[in-house]
Amino acid sequence: MVVKPLTGNYAAAYAAKLARVKVVAAYPITPQTTIVEKLAQFIDNGEMDAEMIRVESEHSALAAAYGAASGGVRAFTATSSHGLLYMHEMVWWVAGARVPLVMVIVTRTIGPPWNIWSDHSDLMDQRDSGWIIMMAEHNQEVLDETIKMFKITEDPRVFLPGMVGLDAFILSHTTEPVDLPGQELVDSFLPPRRQPYIMKAGDPILMGNVPRDLHDNMRMREDIHKSLEEAKKVIQEVDEEWYKLTGRRYGGLIECYRCEDADHFIIGMGAWVGDMREAADRLREKGIRVGVIKVRYVRPFPREELLKWLTNAKSVIVFDRGVSAGSAGQLFLDVAAHLMAAGVRVPVKNVLAGVTGLDVTYEDIADAVLKSVAEVEETGRFSTFIEWYYGR
Amino acid sequence: MNPHGKVLPISRPGPGVAGKTGTWRVMRPVYDPSKCVKCRLCWLYCPENVIDVNEGGERFISIDYDYCKGCGICSSVCPTGAIKMVPEGGA
Ligand code: SF4
Ligand code: SF4
Repeated sequence: MVVKPLTGNYAAAYAAKLARVKVVAAYPITPQTTIVEKLAQFIDNGEMDAEMIRVESEHSALAAAYGAASGGVRAFTATSSHGLLYMHEMVWWVAGARVPLVMVIVTRTIGPPWNIWSDHSDLMDQRDSGWIIMMAEHNQEVLDETIKMFKITEDPRVFLPGMVGLDAFILSHTTEPVDLPGQELVDSFLPPRRQPYIMKAGDPILMGNVPRDLHDNMRMREDIHKSLEEAKKVIQEVDEEWYKLTGRRYGGLIECYRCEDADHFIIGMGAWVGDMREAADRLREKGIRVGVIKVRYVRPFPREELLKWLTNAKSVIVFDRGVSAGSAGQLFLDVAAHLMAAGVRVPVKNVLAGVTGLDVTYEDIADAVLKSVAEVEETGRFSTFIEWYYGR
Repeated sequence: MNPHGKVLPISRPGPGVAGKTGTWRVMRPVYDPSKCVKCRLCWLYCPENVIDVNEGGERFISIDYDYCKGCGICSSVCPTGAIKMVPEGGA
C-alpha cells in the first residue's frame, strides 16, 4: 500500500483500474472528465488492459458500458449533471436488466442557468431507479467505495448496478492523500465477475421482451426492491472484509460521529459532512450535545440504522443539497417518512443549504443548527419544517 | 427465467411467443423461383428471420407466412425482382 496525493477523480480512476475494468465507455462532461481522461491514459500507456469506447453522448456511454457488462465483463463509466440526466432512460434500463455495473457520479447542479458547482440534484434524481447509490465524504472513501461497489453489485444476493457519488470540485478536483491498495490486495478482495446471465453468441437470450403476464413484470420491480434490502447486509459484510485487508471501515450504510450521547442529530451526505463534524465539535464546546449521521448509502436507505439512533433524539436536522421542488429535500423526505412509519415522534426539520453549489462553511452549519436547537429547547418543536439557508 | 432466485426480464427466444404475427400483414411477399439468382440477400435482410434457404431445392427460398410481417424488405433488396409484394386478401 502506498499513500499518493490524488484528486477525487483520480481516486475513482485508480479504483476502476484496480478493479480490472475491461470496458470503459465515456463522454466528457465537467467535472467528471478527468476520471475518464486518466483511464484513457492508463489504457494508452499499457497500465490497464481495457477497451475505451468513445461515444457521441452519455446515453450511449451507459448503453455501451451496459452492453459490455451484459457480455460478461466489468464495465465502468462516469458522468455528471446534464450527462446523467441524458442517461436517465438507460439508468432504469440497466437496473431493470439486473446487470451489475459501476458508475461514478461527480455531483453537479442541473441548469438552467449554467452552473458547474456541486449540489446533489443529479444523483438524487436517480434514486427511484433501482441502483445502489452512495455518496463519499473524502477521496479515500471514493477509492474504497468504488472498488467495493464492484463486489457489492456482483453479489448474487444483489445483482444490481451501483453509483458512487462525489461532490464537484470539493472532492473531484481537490488533492488529498489517498492510501492506494496494491493490485494483489484488490485481486484477493474481488472475486471473478458474477452476473445473473451473460449475452453471448451461440446462446441466445432475449432481455426485456414484452411480458406475457404483468404479474411477472410487477414481481421484477418487487425483486429489485427486495434485492436492495438484501444489499444492506452485503454492504455491511463488504465493509468488514475491506477493513480486514486495509484497516479502513466506515460502518456500512451510515457513519456516525459523536452519536453515543447526542441529543440533537445533524444528517447529511457527501463532502460537507466533514464541516458537520467540525460544527458538532464547536456546538459541543457550547454545551449542546450534537451528533452527526453521515448517510453513506442513500439506496438502499438506512432505515434501521437511523431509527436506532433517532428514536430518543430531541431533534433531527436534515441538511439537503437538493430539493424535490414542491415537497422538500430528498434526504429529509426519506428520513421523515421512515421516522413517521416507525411511529417515532421526533421534531424533524429540513435545512436546504448549498443548493446550486452555494458555499457552506462549518460556521454556517453551526449557526443553522444552533438556531434550530434553541427553538426546540424552548418550544419542543420546529415552527417550520423547511428552511432555505443562504448563509449567515 | 429465474436463475439465482432473482426475477429476471429475460427469456429464451422461440417462435411465436406473441402469437401468429403474420395475421397483421397487409402486403404479402410472393416468390418467383424462375427469377431467383440464389444471392441470399432476402434471407440476410429479413428482420423477422422468416426466410429459409433450401439448398438444392426447386424453390431456393421459402417464407414462413405465419410470422412474415409483410415489411417488403426482401422484395426491395432482391436484385432480380423475384419477390413481389401483393395486397393481402386480394387475388
Ligand atoms: S416481407 Fe419482411 S418479414 Fe416478410 S419475408 Fe419479406 S422481409 Fe421478411
Ligand atoms: S434476394 Fe431475390 S434473387 Fe436473391 S435469393 Fe432472395 S429471391 Fe433469390
